[in-house]
This record gives sequence, structure tokens and C-alpha cells, in this order.
Amino acid sequence: MPVFYRLLNGGEKYLNDIESLIGFAVVVLFAGLMILFSSKKIRVKFPPTFRNLSGVNRIRHAIGLAVEDGTRLHVSLGSGSLIDPSNPSGLVGLSTLNRFGQLTSTSDLPPLCTSGNGGFHLLSQDVLSQNAVETNTRDMLDPNLAQMSGTTPFSYAVGVMDAVDGSGTSASVMIGNFGPEAGLICEGTKNIHAYSLASSDSIIGQSVFLALSDDTLIGEELYALPAYLGYHAVHQASLRVQDSARLVIVLLLVAGAAMKLAGLL
Amino acid sequence: MIVAIGSGLIVLIGYFFPLPAIMAIRTPMLDWAVTVAGVASLVAILHLIFGVHFKRLREPGAKRFFSIVVILAFLAVVITGLYFGPDNSEYQKVVTAVQVPIETSLMALLAVTLSYSALSLLRRQRNWLGLVFFVSVVVYLVINSGVLAFSADIPVLQDLLSGFHQLPAAGARGILLGVALGSLATGIRILIGTDRPYSG
Repeated sequence: MPVFYRLLNGGEKYLNDIESLIGFAVVVLFAGLMILFSSKKIRVKFPPTFRNLSGVNRIRHAIGLAVEDGTRLHVSLGSGSLIDPSNPSGLVGLSTLNRFGQLTSTSDLPPLCTSGNGGFHLLSQDVLSQNAVETNTRDMLDPNLAQMSGTTPFSYAVGVMDAVDGSGTSASVMIGNFGPEAGLICEGTKNIHAYSLASSDSIIGQSVFLALSDDTLIGEELYALPAYLGYHAVHQASLRVQDSARLVIVLLLVAGAAMKLAGLL
Repeated sequence: MIVAIGSGLIVLIGYFFPLPAIMAIRTPMLDWAVTVAGVASLVAILHLIFGVHFKRLREPGAKRFFSIVVILAFLAVVITGLYFGPDNSEYQKVVTAVQVPIETSLMALLAVTLSYSALSLLRRQRNWLGLVFFVSVVVYLVINSGVLAFSADIPVLQDLLSGFHQLPAAGARGILLGVALGSLATGIRILIGTDRPYSG
């Protein structure tokens, strides 16, 4: 963390000031580009092209099947905390839950959401409640559809297995902060013969999902799911900005390595 | 929305520019956030016990028995914890003596599940990704098992193995770079109010 008033070394203080300014400028630039790319003019002139992700294609298919045969979708947000640095993956899960609620509004069974954190539990209840208001199905809203199934990672995983059993779930999306306990959740999904699409911001979670789930989203593909589901224009815009930023970072890394080899650094 | 964006901006600006005026607001806000998160966990636990499991008591089926066990265990832990205090060493010993074996058993179950899945991976993931994953698991299990400890005396083999040791870190960095950018984008979407995982 940059220490603005560190007095040990005047040069270090100056460098930390520069770091703070650069960091803030990156955030502002990111936000500006996101707003710019989400404008209708840019979207029409430069329509987005999405890389084919088999998992996303199958989950779209699963959404259609769930609506047709009146089964349920399940979203699991992981055991990450809302005040941890890992919370963005859970927030993407909430966006996905909201989108599922919209896409399955004509289904008999609204989505089920499980989480391992109290903050995400309250937010998921809020999302489901908002969906019910928007789709005029408030009478059918069951507050138990959003539940915190456990407080520790393993108890959360076992709670998810219990929650999906007998709930009429035909497809399960696990998107959030998961560790090795994700293996138990995948096994529970297999036991009810449901399709599973999974992603985690943790390397360990991704490895487990790759071995156990039907389809896995690796790395930044997790954050692309709302855009692929056609949620908001800003999701597509943020994908463009992420891709641009990744390209810049790669160029900087290559340039840095080249300069190091040339003895300039 | 205004509250969410305003508090997010204060925390963010305070991180980059820790001026005394901003820190005077930011520090208490972060303390409140921790407290609110704790209360949210308590609300969620109460909902799980008195909402989900109590509802199951009225429904027929095998799950009713397990819900009774959960409710009784919860009440026992809460009542004894309130009576003796959570800092009581004997109370902690009893709770730990129950919790640790259960979590250890679940971990053992997970180990069996993962082992079986590793063996059936090639049947389910019939693509190059599945093959590479399986081969890399086997290679790194062999490398980290200590079987190749004699390689310290063979320069070429030692260099090769040190290169292999660095591969996972390099791959993880690439993945984590994408995750970091995605996290940044998600946070900014909420800060500018375009993504609202909350009502209002």
C-alpha cells in the first residue's frame, strides 16, 4: 500500500506519490473507456464479437430447457466474503443470478441461490425479490430460495448439496470464490443429474472444476459471463476495456523483458 | 445507489490519497463495514436455521430428521456459548473436537472424489485441454513426490526440473492477470452505478 507520508526516504515518498497518481489515473481511464464503449454509437459502429465458449452455449440451452420443462436453475456464489478482495467474482455471480431471473421469468420455478457468506446471502435475496417485482410474481416468491448454506467452506459445500437435492434443479452455475470444497458441490450436482457450469477466481477452484464440472470458465471468462448472457451494454463494454488493458500490459511486459535483455533496465 | 457509489468513492480515493480529512471518514466506514458484515452473517445463519430448516420440519421426508439434528446442534452450541462465553477454553475444546473430525472426513471424501475424477477425466473431457491437464497432473505429482531427488547431481536434469517448477507460476500469473482485470472492471461498474446487485 503506498504510504503518502513516509518520511524514511524523500525519493521513496516521491515515487509513492507517483504510484498513487498512476493508480488513480488507471481507474479513471478504465471507467471513462467503459462509459465510452457502452454508448450506442460505438456499439452500433463497432459491434462486439464474442469468442465461442462451449460452456456458455450449453448454459443458454439449459436455460431454455428449464423454462420449457419447468425445472429450476441454481446459482452458487461461493464462500468468499463481501469485504474480501475476492468479492468481485461473487458480484458477477449476482449479476448472473439477476439475468437468470429475467430469462426464466416465465418458468414455474424461480432460480435458487446458495452462498457461503451473510453479505452475499442478503444481496441474493434482494436480487430475487427485485426479480419478483419486475416480473410481477411477488406472490410466488419464496425467501428460502436464497440461503447461506454454511459458514465454513466445507459446511457450505455440504449445505449446497443438500439444498439442490430435491429442488428440481436441472442446471447449476457455480460462480464466485471457491476452493477445493467445490469438488463436493460438483459431486452433488452430478448426483441429481444436473448440468454444471463452474468458475472461480481461485486457481485451486479452477483446477477442481476442470476435473469435476461439465464445463469450466477459466480465468477472466468468469467475468465475461454476464456479457455473454446479454445482460447490459456496460458488460460488453467492460470486456472491450479489459481486452485493451490486457494488450497494453502484455506489450509492457514484453518491452520490459526486451529492455532487460538489452541491459537497459 | 447514491450511498453505495459515495461510500465506494470515499474508500477508493482514501486508498490512493490518504489525506487526514478523507481518512477521518474512511477508517470508521471500513470499521462499520466489518461490523455490518458480521451482523449480516448472523442474520443469514438465523434465516438458515429458523427459515430453511424449521420449514423442513413441517415437510415429510428424510430431510426432516437432519434438520432436527441441525437445529438441536445449533441451539446447544449457542446456549452453551452464551453461558460459558466463546473464550472459554473448555467450550472451544468441545466445539473443536466435534468440528475438526467432521471437516477432516469431508476433506477425505473430497480426496476420494478428486482421485476418481482424475481417472475419469479423459473420458469426460475428450479434448486437448483435458489431455494436457491430465498429463500435467501426472508430471507434477512425479516431480514433487521426491522420486527425482537424485537430479541435484545432474546439471541438465536439474535445469530442466527448475524450468518445470516455474511453469505453474507463469501459467497462474497469466490467469491471475485476467482475474485482476476482471475484478477491476467489476468494481468500477459498481462504482459508476451501471451494475447494481442491490435494489434501489
